[in-house]
Amino acid sequence: MPDPLNCRELVELVTDYLEGAMPPAERARFEAHIATCDGCDAYLIQMRETIVVLGTLPADRLSSTAEEQLRGAFRDWRAGQAPQP
Amino acid sequence: MDLVSQWSPSMLRVARMYVPSQAVAEDVVQETWLGVLNGIDRFEGRSSLRTWVFSILVNRARTRGERERRTIPFAALARQESDDGFEAVDPSRFVSSGSDIGAWASPPVRWWEEPERALDSAEAVARIQSEIDKLPEGQRLVITMRDVDGLSSEEVRSALDISETNQRVLLHRARAKVRKALEDYYADA
Repeated sequence: MPDPLNCRELVELVTDYLEGAMPPAERARFEAHIATCDGCDAYLIQMRETIVVLGTLPADRLSSTAEEQLRGAFRDWRAGQAPQP
Repeated sequence: MDLVSQWSPSMLRVARMYVPSQAVAEDVVQETWLGVLNGIDRFEGRSSLRTWVFSILVNRARTRGERERRTIPFAALARQESDDGFEAVDPSRFVSSGSDIGAWASPPVRWWEEPERALDSAEAVARIQSEIDKLPEGQRLVITMRDVDGLSSEEVRSALDISETNQRVLLHRARAKVRKALEDYYADA
């Protein structure tokens, strides 16, 4: 049995955990710690919430001219794809 | 057209790494979409459509970047941003000696009971955005493509041509800094 994780070690592994990049034994060690540590549990929840908030940020956009030109190109393309009457 | 609005933001960011200006990046994104329309018959479904579109984008952006005499060795930059010492949480928050070494001395607390309440906060969003703007380039790109634009790790990895581990390290550092910014924000609120 490997040594249990301490909190300072655990916070460095949160991304590996959330990315599913941990071997099963290490994952079990991580989850065993979280199950009995309120601080690390709160940290993991904060991290998940951070990711949720990041997903609500507005993305950059193409300039409206570029987007309009592309819209035109897509329209022409669809017209070209349509079965000929 | 939905795909254009959904993917173009990330495409612009990726293109911008290879070319010297936002205007040229816009050109590259437009060219890529037109190339996709003309070449869709050649799409064989061996990768996801998005991965295919991004590979076309990167090829075009690289060609264009060389033509414009600017290439950024992104992999080198990304490595450089991930090999110095880093702590996700300030070490002073942990016990530094004795049998409890490494345990929380000042543990994090729950920010809110219902997440959707906090999501209303325009101020929290502004705080996050300014934190992202301060990140080094590689971390900024990775967190934006992954968590803001919603690309997969594989898509980011192949678009930026970095290793999976490197991608994860950049993401880890970026998320840790944004979490800290939010923690500070909620502590002040």
